Amino acid sequence: MRAPPAAMAGARATVPLLVGVVPFGFVFGSAAADAGLGAAHVAAFSAGIFAGASQLAALDLLAGGAAAAVAIGTALIINSRMLLYSAGLVPWLAHVPARRRASSSYLLTDQAFAVSLVHFERTAPPPEQRLAYYVGSGLTLWSTWQVTTQLGLVVGNLIPDDVDLEVAVPLMFLTLLVPAVVDRPTLLAAAVSGVVAVVAAPLPANTGMPLAALAGIAVGTWAETTSRHHRRGGT
Amino acid sequence: MISEAEVWVTVLAAGVGTYLIRLSFLSVAHRATDLPPLALRVLRMIPPAALAALVTPGLLRPDGELDLISAEALAGLVAGVVAWRTRSVIWPLVIGLPVALLVG
Repeated sequence: MRAPPAAMAGARATVPLLVGVVPFGFVFGSAAADAGLGAAHVAAFSAGIFAGASQLAALDLLAGGAAAAVAIGTALIINSRMLLYSAGLVPWLAHVPARRRASSSYLLTDQAFAVSLVHFERTAPPPEQRLAYYVGSGLTLWSTWQVTTQLGLVVGNLIPDDVDLEVAVPLMFLTLLVPAVVDRPTLLAAAVSGVVAVVAAPLPANTGMPLAALAGIAVGTWAETTSRHHRRGGT
Repeated sequence: MISEAEVWVTVLAAGVGTYLIRLSFLSVAHRATDLPPLALRVLRMIPPAALAALVTPGLLRPDGELDLISAEALAGLVAGVVAWRTRSVIWPLVIGLPVALLVG
């Protein structure tokens, strides 16, 4: 059975972003090896949680002797930003039957969200193509993640320590940020969020990120709301 | 050494919790067929705000301290301009990543 064209389009759009995902997968796999874990454990992390930053944080905490509750709590706080992604997809996937919405939610990541939203807002595809596009993106990331974390476990961190590929991650998100800024309110949202994120970066469990995003969302919404009022002459 | 139990408990609890976070709003999306304009405005701000928050710390505080003049910041500037001009997802990375590696 051939994959729907929309799913293939979603997959293709996601491939360039794998540059940021692959090294991260190797980092996690190799960290798991350092902690004495095996393939089943890595598979459990990568399929069970399927969120790189939180997996790494949880693993580091456990390896450092922290209680499971601390690792779990930290992971959930780091992943709290996915509430925003879930909300952001609502207008686009509201039509999808409940069970498919529930199962495809599992694939939600920063990249799948960003790739899908940029595509949806740019091209406004018909309802029947949207889920396929998002799932194509999500599955591409999922499979890459499973494979690279397992490879990292076996071969360790292939990249020599003085070559820092971590910068690929923010660069990857930058390439998605640019097309997402389309007018003054979205520019303000991005600018405010960007500044707050840098200031709040030292906060534990990456809490700076959702805080920054909320600040940006608030300012962007205010900017758009007030600009409408001006246009309508203050009504 | 991490015990078996710790791994599985952590994975299960964090996994279920993360899934519920992902599901959250989508689970009631079918009731959102007629969202008020304010809600739509708020939702529209999520991608630029979320993405910006994922970009700036890694480029401006790569090693923890604020560093506005660094290989990462320069790479970000270059990649940003390329992304803006070419509307491509590949070229900014192809050009920006080597900038970060060569300058750093």
